[in-house]
Amino acid sequence: MELSASSRLLHHPLFAGLPLATVERISLDAHNVAFEPGQVILAEGSPASTLYLLEHGKVALSAHAPGRGHVLVQTLGPGEVLGLSWLFPPYQWRFDAHAVEFVEALAVDGARLRALIEDDPVLGYQVIKRIAPLVVERLQQTRVQLLDLYGSGTNGYGNRPA
Amino acid sequence: MATVLPERALAPSRPGPFTPVVFRVLRRDQEAPDVVTLALQPGPGQPFEFAPGQFNMLTAFGVGEVPISISSSPGRGPLLHTVREVGPVTRALCRAPIGSPIGVRGPFGTDWGINDFAQADAVVVAGGIGLAPLRGAIELLLERVGLPAGPRKVVVLVGARTPDQLIFRSDLETWSSLGAEVAVTVDMGSEGWKGDVGVVTQLVRGAGFDPARSMALVCGPEIMMRFAIQALIERGVLPTSIRLRISLERNMQCGSGICGHCQLGPYILCRGGPVVTYPAASRLLSEAEL
Amino acid sequence: MVIGLDGLDELVKVVLARGFRAVGPVVADGAITLSEIGGASDLPSGWQDNQAPGHYGLTQTGSSRLFDWAVGPQSVKAEVFPPRATIWRAKAPEYTVEEVADASPAVAVIGVRPCDLAALDVLGRALDGGPVQDPTYHRRRRGAFLVTVECTRPASTCFCAAMGTGPGAAQGFDIALTELDGGVAADGSPPDGHAPQYLARAGSQLGRDVLLELPQRPATEEDRVQRVALLARAGSRMGRSVDNSGLPELLARNLANRRWDEVAERCLACGNCTSVCPTCFCSNFEDTTDLNGTVERRRTWASCSDLAYSYVHGGPVRSSIKSRYRQWATHKFSWWWDQFGVSGCVGCGRCITWCPAGIDITEEIAALRASDGVGEP
Repeated sequence: MELSASSRLLHHPLFAGLPLATVERISLDAHNVAFEPGQVILAEGSPASTLYLLEHGKVALSAHAPGRGHVLVQTLGPGEVLGLSWLFPPYQWRFDAHAVEFVEALAVDGARLRALIEDDPVLGYQVIKRIAPLVVERLQQTRVQLLDLYGSGTNGYGNRPA
Repeated sequence: MATVLPERALAPSRPGPFTPVVFRVLRRDQEAPDVVTLALQPGPGQPFEFAPGQFNMLTAFGVGEVPISISSSPGRGPLLHTVREVGPVTRALCRAPIGSPIGVRGPFGTDWGINDFAQADAVVVAGGIGLAPLRGAIELLLERVGLPAGPRKVVVLVGARTPDQLIFRSDLETWSSLGAEVAVTVDMGSEGWKGDVGVVTQLVRGAGFDPARSMALVCGPEIMMRFAIQALIERGVLPTSIRLRISLERNMQCGSGICGHCQLGPYILCRGGPVVTYPAASRLLSEAEL
Repeated sequence: MVIGLDGLDELVKVVLARGFRAVGPVVADGAITLSEIGGASDLPSGWQDNQAPGHYGLTQTGSSRLFDWAVGPQSVKAEVFPPRATIWRAKAPEYTVEEVADASPAVAVIGVRPCDLAALDVLGRALDGGPVQDPTYHRRRRGAFLVTVECTRPASTCFCAAMGTGPGAAQGFDIALTELDGGVAADGSPPDGHAPQYLARAGSQLGRDVLLELPQRPATEEDRVQRVALLARAGSRMGRSVDNSGLPELLARNLANRRWDEVAERCLACGNCTSVCPTCFCSNFEDTTDLNGTVERRRTWASCSDLAYSYVHGGPVRSSIKSRYRQWATHKFSWWWDQFGVSGCVGCGRCITWCPAGIDITEEIAALRASDGVGEP
């Protein structure tokens, strides 16, 4: 049985627990998307206009470095969120993203969600309050990645080889 | 010494604890650009017994001696040691020709204690070469799944810096086919990598184990273990159910509790470690320069 | 029983005749050091020491007393745990390992201080008391004949009384001597024309046998009373003290105390403290090779104050002097208890005297106690 967009939004961790009215309002701007393995979802530098709520499959974020090819910096899976750059200027994707496996997601129109947030402070607050912890969590994870946990080149205490 | 009484007579020397036994290199497998697994053959009539988690002191004659984890499981094939090339001794070991002699002393140290896993979810979190001392434990735990004295399930979570630094990739596939839940992530992926990219702590969050009845084994660089253990505790695993292996790379020299080098706070790691339970080690890991 | 200088001289000759090497205190290079002796005339007659943080000096008083000094820089440690030893040899290409057994003759040490006797017990727990026993230490310790001389004139750096290791000796010796009044009193008043005498007690069968061979007279009640009084006086004149109550826990919880930063500004990490300490046991095991393909594994004394001591690939774990001083002090007074069930310190005071910066461990401990818990958040 096909789930309604509202139900799917409610099922996703980002929006679970929000008042039904809010969810129904957002669902008007949401539609189903699917990507084949290898298919590009976002391209670095292009306008950021969509919030993707991932339901199935795996997405990889990458950047292309000359001489290094595509470097994968993060993978995201079901229950996670792809795309936050639609929320703040310059509304531009910073990284590429492609489907690693078959991906199914709910795509929410970013520009319209942004307008909703501006017009309705109560709804806006509820949404921003959900998004902020995601950003902090991702920042923490990225910092840990930067720490280079595996000690290659250092002894794990930050000392460089003599 | 004519009138010295027998009780005072100096005892004849007996084989010392610092004397290595000569084994021969049977096989050498390249696991990663700087990581090699050496298979060693003991001499005739020299059975070698150990428990997973223990280590040996290996001598590259003419170069020196270092502590290296045993990565095989007891009773299964030749004695395996997985070595990362970081200095002259490990370089000599990684390049030792087939048939060449290697000095072996051991086994030393505390083991993972896999007899304590009855009816628990066994959660293994490994970072980088930390998977090596866990390999024997994983194999034995998998063998015992479903037995009364064995774990309910085995979860193996592995992190590495990049895909080419993952070791035992074929073992990971084998373990998965034997029913273990295996998840792998790298800090940075290359094109063609189809696995996860992100920190190993993420794997802990998403893995299928019941924190209330889990026993965790954690091994990797100290900083990686701190974060992994944090994630385990956030999920509700009891600190007393977490065992970690403090890095051997603390200039261990005698392996016998006498040279003093491997001390970490009150612990003499070659005797009271390197496997310790988390509550005992928690402060020691976060205190700098200890 | 009581012996005189002739008896003491005979003691040295008797142990030599029994096949021991005889080692005792002599004056050399401006200090009381341990060396081979042939008789009582080699012992430091009339010498007194004065010790203070970073200072050691000897004065000659002209008396015939032999033991009016506390300790020299060396302890008995080097006799039972040699600073350098070859453990095994192997030759290319087969590398059959051939052990090098310790073959030194048994040693008799005349003039071991009670603190150093206690130190041997502490050292033995590390080198001989665990699942692995060091063969050289085990052999030499078992073969050693120890003649302890109780302290009657402690130095200002001594604190054996606070550590429970002196000034008297209760066990661990073959013979115990106490230098009774005679010669010149310990407080420095002029010679009274009498030669000193030594109250002697046996602590082992061999000690009893050796004493029987010496010219002697029975001890009187007066001798025994005098010994007790001398030890009581020495005990009350200790130059320093340590409050040991709850000390292991105190140090273990003060790893972040700012005092460590403060002492680090004075400490040179020269390693003198570890060198003169009678209980420090750390060693390096290193392999050397020669052009003929012979490999030797050697063991040499090591010091945790050395930057290379905690080297792991990439750099030392304890880079800062602060971390190394903290390691030494905390191990000695706290973690030693976890590892060996005793304190690592016997109160001999050598680390205070021989520190070129004059760092006083008793002062550091008192400062840590006074600022307990005050540190980084």
